[in-house]
Amino acid sequence: MTSVQHIQAEPAQRKALLKTASAQQLDFLFTRGVKALMVSFVVIGLALPLIAMLGKVFDVEGGLNGVWQMLTSSRFMWLVGNSVKVSLSTVALVVPTAYVFAYALQRSWIPGKSLLRGIALLPLMAPSMLSAIALIYLFGNQGLLKAWFPDGIYGFSGIVLGQVFYNFPMALMILISALGMADARLYDASVSMGANHWKTFLNVTWPGTRYAVFASSCLVFTQTITNFGIPVVIGGDYQVLAMEAYKSVVGQQKFSEGALIGSILLVPALISFAVDLWMRKLRGSQVSSQAPTYVAPSNRLRDSILLLAAAAVAIALLSLVVMAVAASLINFWPYDLSFSLRHYDFESSGGVGWLAYRNSLLLASLTAVVGTPVIFTCAYLMEKTSSGWLDGLLRLLCMLPMAVPGLVMGLGYVFFFNSPSNPLNGMYGGIGLMVVCCIMRFLTPAQMTATTALRQLNEEIEAASLSLKVPLLTTYRRVTLPICLPALLEVFRYLFVSSMTSVSALIFLYSPDTILAAVAVLNLDDSGNIGASAALSSLILLTSAAISLMLYGLSRGLLRHTQLWRA
Amino acid sequence: MIKTWNTLTAAVLGLGITSSAFATELTVYTAMENEQLAGYKKAFETQNPDIEIKWVRDSTGIITAKLLAEKDNPRADVIWGLYASSVALLGKEGMLEAYAPKGVEKLDAKFRDPQNPPLWVGNGVEATAVCVNTVEAKKQNLPIPTSWEDLTNPVYQGKIVMPNPASSGTGYSAVNAWLQIMGENKAWTFMDKLHTNIGQYTHSGSKPCTQAAMGEYPIGISLDFRAITLKRQGAPLDIVLPKEGLGLDINSVALIKGSKKLEAAKKLEDFAISEKAFLLYQPNAAALARPEFNVKLAEMPDAYYDRLISVDFNKAGSQRAKVLEKWRERYDGKSEPKN
Repeated sequence: MTSVQHIQAEPAQRKALLKTASAQQLDFLFTRGVKALMVSFVVIGLALPLIAMLGKVFDVEGGLNGVWQMLTSSRFMWLVGNSVKVSLSTVALVVPTAYVFAYALQRSWIPGKSLLRGIALLPLMAPSMLSAIALIYLFGNQGLLKAWFPDGIYGFSGIVLGQVFYNFPMALMILISALGMADARLYDASVSMGANHWKTFLNVTWPGTRYAVFASSCLVFTQTITNFGIPVVIGGDYQVLAMEAYKSVVGQQKFSEGALIGSILLVPALISFAVDLWMRKLRGSQVSSQAPTYVAPSNRLRDSILLLAAAAVAIALLSLVVMAVAASLINFWPYDLSFSLRHYDFESSGGVGWLAYRNSLLLASLTAVVGTPVIFTCAYLMEKTSSGWLDGLLRLLCMLPMAVPGLVMGLGYVFFFNSPSNPLNGMYGGIGLMVVCCIMRFLTPAQMTATTALRQLNEEIEAASLSLKVPLLTTYRRVTLPICLPALLEVFRYLFVSSMTSVSALIFLYSPDTILAAVAVLNLDDSGNIGASAALSSLILLTSAAISLMLYGLSRGLLRHTQLWRA
Repeated sequence: MIKTWNTLTAAVLGLGITSSAFATELTVYTAMENEQLAGYKKAFETQNPDIEIKWVRDSTGIITAKLLAEKDNPRADVIWGLYASSVALLGKEGMLEAYAPKGVEKLDAKFRDPQNPPLWVGNGVEATAVCVNTVEAKKQNLPIPTSWEDLTNPVYQGKIVMPNPASSGTGYSAVNAWLQIMGENKAWTFMDKLHTNIGQYTHSGSKPCTQAAMGEYPIGISLDFRAITLKRQGAPLDIVLPKEGLGLDINSVALIKGSKKLEAAKKLEDFAISEKAFLLYQPNAAALARPEFNVKLAEMPDAYYDRLISVDFNKAGSQRAKVLEKWRERYDGKSEPKN
């Protein structure tokens, strides 16, 4: 009786109570549920295949003794040295260049920004083969600018140049996003305290972006050390670890050796993970959500220098792309330079060209549509909520993909998904499994972009939503996502374009119906149809560029409508 | 799941599923050249309208690795066009179904598995020839070599490309031939000397000739048929057939044990050594497992048939791992590129 009275007396309060309870439940479901789902997704899509692959390590001849012998051999040390040398050189060239480029785009008044940005993203839009082929046409023994590399392009310089080209946009994406958000008040304060540009840079800009510098260095290092496509094409006899894994598996069917090298290539990712944890503890002030966005004042000298630097980089990148596309239109290099479309007639080179192209379009669309919300939501929950051990586990799992060479991942998928005892066996050879594989492959960089953007948001937003008893999901949808829309679209574009251009893992997963364009590029090149492979690469490039331009237009349109509050 | 995706593919891209509803889909693993596949498929399907070929094409190394990786749950129904040395290895692993296709007795005994019924039968021979770019040879003042031994001449230092035998079937058949022709010790000494002249080891067997055709490196040890194709496209190439003899391997057909489509697979194997098939192989291979179909290609020097050596494929397959190990120890890595 009393309770009924109670309810009748205070319906409003009761309603509020219910609301709180359901909001909490919803939060719990959203947070834990999504994280748990993500953990199982990564476990099935990466950890278990990886374990299946790692299990192969113990098949090395001579057991653990054999493993030890291999690791301590002088040849192996030489390979490790080469890999580290190539990767460090690539980082040293890419990150500062990309920083200056990103700085020019975000903190200056130079003209032609969208053009520069577009050019800088071009390398992402073609398979890595394309840049290597272009380098050979430019600097090879019959190259246009052969004199620039009197010792030949094959080897260390070729690999590093190819890697620089290929990695530049990845580093740039992270740095652009970091330099895009800055608290104008800090700059006002710095200027009013009489600091000059350099001092302001050191005290305000650098602390605000050093996380991104570190993140991009890690990304470039691990991407370089695990990439085998570029060394295979242009490495000559200069060998690196990833290529060794590729050769062990493909050439000698030594799965265990490949697996062993693959597991060694996990080390950089684990180190990155440890340092990332450490940096999170040290993390300083971030841009608060109500901060006005900093807009750099105009400065002619600074802008001219930045324009020159950015233009030089853009021209270098563009010339590689132009060279590759031109090569696809030349009848017979270097003896018959007449224009010809014969390389685009895929019928005469096996006829898989167009089917592969359609399949790649489907794969890329599915990966982007499914992957973007999954990855962004995961990054959001990892940044903004805590769920104890689940967080550490998820963080570790999400760092792993970056260090798993595509080839090892592909083999892991074969061993795991193709095993008759696996209930998911039916997925093998289908596009669904390829989508899973792509999301896994590109998880870490995409998530880093998301995380970098999310870290620049203040945690007050969640605190405010908590005190207003608004479910987290609502806050996420209504506040965080709109703020992060530019980063969200970057992730979408990254996933689409990467799936369109990726080869290494997928080469083990396709079936006759699901052959992909980038795989076909490799097959065509492998069988000596370099012209046709340049042609198919150019098609991939055009498609990716068109999609990117569309997204760019969309992003601009949305920015105009949703980001007015920034001004 | 796969069906759903297929339907989706069709719906999204307007891709009609071309096969009739009742056609048996045969998954065929191959390492044959892309441009040859369409013709083979069409001819077989015309003769067997109830069967549809689905190709999985890749390099010899990758296809072999894929087959071995899928050993416990094979995806392929048939292998058509994979080197006998690789196929023999799969046979040793117990992955092949023995079958005597119709007309097996007409095959040259050198080009089929000696056991009865055979685990595999051959169709087109692929030999390793030497491609020499005549324009570059003139420009760089290089003599045209006539033997394997000639290639160790120091004038060619850094000018020769050959496929890495660890990744390329062509590369392995060259190494295997040297071991067989010269004997083990002499062959390794030869390879030591050759190594100092190698500008690059490539991963594919066609690429050295492509590189020679483009003048990237003037000389390429390569697949014979690639040389013919490139010459037809207008490349300034001389095809040199070293007088000691040409290494070779043969594209083979074999049935995968455990295939659910064994009957259709057998029809394919029958077709693959039929007269019709050999007429199709003719323009793509200078030597065939049924010698009566051999037709001399205009671009190929006359001595071709005399230079082909006779290979024990079972031996080539079983010693492959050991030879490659030694090869890798000697020539792979450690050395910086020589220029």
